[in-house]
Amino acid sequence: MSRATVVASRARPAQDAAPGAGTQVPAIGVSSATKRFSRDGMETLALDGIDLTVARGEFVAIVGPSGCGKSTLLRMVAGLIPATSGSLAVSGQPVAGPVTDLGVVFQSPTLLDWRTIIDNVLVQVQLRGLPVERYRDKAMALLAQVGLEEFAQRRPRELSGGMRQRTAIARALIHDPPLLLMDEPFGALDALTREQMRIDLEALWLRSQKTVLFVTHSIDEAVLLADRVVVMTPRPGRIDRVVEVALPRPRGLDGRRLPGFAPAADAITEIFLARGVLHGTRA
Amino acid sequence: MVLAFLALAVIWEWAVEIFAIKEYLLPPPSLVLTEFLKRADVIGLNAITTTNEILAGYALAVAVSIPLALATAYSRTVEESLYPVVVFLQIVPKIAVAPLFIIWFGFGFAPKLMLVFLLSFFPIVVSSVMGFKSLDPDISDFARTTGAGGWRLFATIRLPQALPHIFTGLKVGAALSATAAVVAEFVASDRGLGYLLLQYNGDLNTPMVFATIIVLSLIGLALYYAVELLERLVIPWHVSQQAAQGGAALA
Ligand SMILES: Nc1ncnc2c1ncn2[C@@H]1O[C@H](COP(=O)(O)OP(=O)(O)O)[C@@H](O)[C@H]1O
Ligand SMILES: [Mg+2]
Repeated sequence: MSRATVVASRARPAQDAAPGAGTQVPAIGVSSATKRFSRDGMETLALDGIDLTVARGEFVAIVGPSGCGKSTLLRMVAGLIPATSGSLAVSGQPVAGPVTDLGVVFQSPTLLDWRTIIDNVLVQVQLRGLPVERYRDKAMALLAQVGLEEFAQRRPRELSGGMRQRTAIARALIHDPPLLLMDEPFGALDALTREQMRIDLEALWLRSQKTVLFVTHSIDEAVLLADRVVVMTPRPGRIDRVVEVALPRPRGLDGRRLPGFAPAADAITEIFLARGVLHGTRA
Repeated sequence: MVLAFLALAVIWEWAVEIFAIKEYLLPPPSLVLTEFLKRADVIGLNAITTTNEILAGYALAVAVSIPLALATAYSRTVEESLYPVVVFLQIVPKIAVAPLFIIWFGFGFAPKLMLVFLLSFFPIVVSSVMGFKSLDPDISDFARTTGAGGWRLFATIRLPQALPHIFTGLKVGAALSATAAVVAEFVASDRGLGYLLLQYNGDLNTPMVFATIIVLSLIGLALYYAVELLERLVIPWHVSQQAAQGGAALA
């Protein structure tokens, strides 16, 4: 089995930027977290002994076959479902109940049909009890950033899937959270839109100091976006390997041509081949 | 629509004349109209009675069913104790209960109001419960990450998302309420359009039977369209979306 190699140096050192970085509280800390679902007397062990630390400002992708517990892990980090055992912390605070200092993006845009696009972005601040009017300009600026300023007064039904997902991303950013949790955010998009969204997300992340936990099915997407790729085993989900991706940034449009891309992608493919998640012959 | 009705009236008028149909079987529209005009005051008085029954019963149904739907959606105790009883009772053929209401509430206004209430109550409560409970789980998760709860969550997400379902129930309830009032009047009454209908029927006064039915339909329609107008005002985004999806058939 080939090992992932750390090729280039990090172009955007995040956690080791400040002096005394060693004492910095990680953005996410998961230790020995297990999740067991019981439904109709049927027990499912969804996650088994997850240990994961995500540094502040880091971009971590999670890949793994369907049903391996990626969404469950993300929801546990957000405090939306409790862990069966083990512990989780966000910004050093133990997770017990929904974590509010973050933004979430799911596979479906989960917009409110009855609100205009800008009001869908603003619902985030409204639900938080913040003064909506004071955020209107910022919402417009975010919509401009995701290329939707002309559509601010439209309703979700009038927009394409990609545009709706961009709205959801703007909604996740309006309150400027330090952490973004994204669960297959581009999963429902066509390949071209998806490519564009990936490039835009990287650019957006580079401009911010945010920590991102990003679930995807796509090996390419994970390697092109992440500092580290967490590869999971089929159910019960465990962390199989963490692959470091040390490509320079921005990886942008043709990140696949960077010399470090293929080794990292191959390393992940190898893991899936070894686990029987992927089958087939090689070129 | 108005043109279609006029055309129908004209064809009806001709058909009665051409085939020489006896007027106690099918009176021509012109006769229905002249008979109606002769007795407009009688119809008018009785229409007021029936309209009052409909409005009072319907208002009571709305006033009871929406709080009950809220309680069902927000309280597990209510959902597990009271709501199953409601769902079970829904199966009882409610019109069959009308004679019982006469025994319980006498011959006056009360039994009519109760039957209107009973018939329009179920569709409203069932669709409102569905509306309050049918929140997309991911939207609900998103809302939880904002820390919003209580009134803010209800006003911002839960209520607006339930409104289209609630209006569906309100419209079905409105459509049933006229039927309920007439049935209650059939069973026992000394006024109202249902009572009048039985009188004219007994006299074989078919033109007035038609006139009464038409007035009754107009009252039902007026209530239905009043609710629909309210819907347009309250949830224009939903109405326009439905129209865009090919609901043009009703336009
Ligand atoms: N609420 C639930 N109740 C019961 N089982 C669940 C629930 N949520 C997820 N599971 C199960 O846990 C496993 C992991 O699910 P999930 O985290 O959605 O996987 P992934 O996102 O990796 O596709 C699956 O087998 C799924 O059926
Ligand atoms: Mg998932």
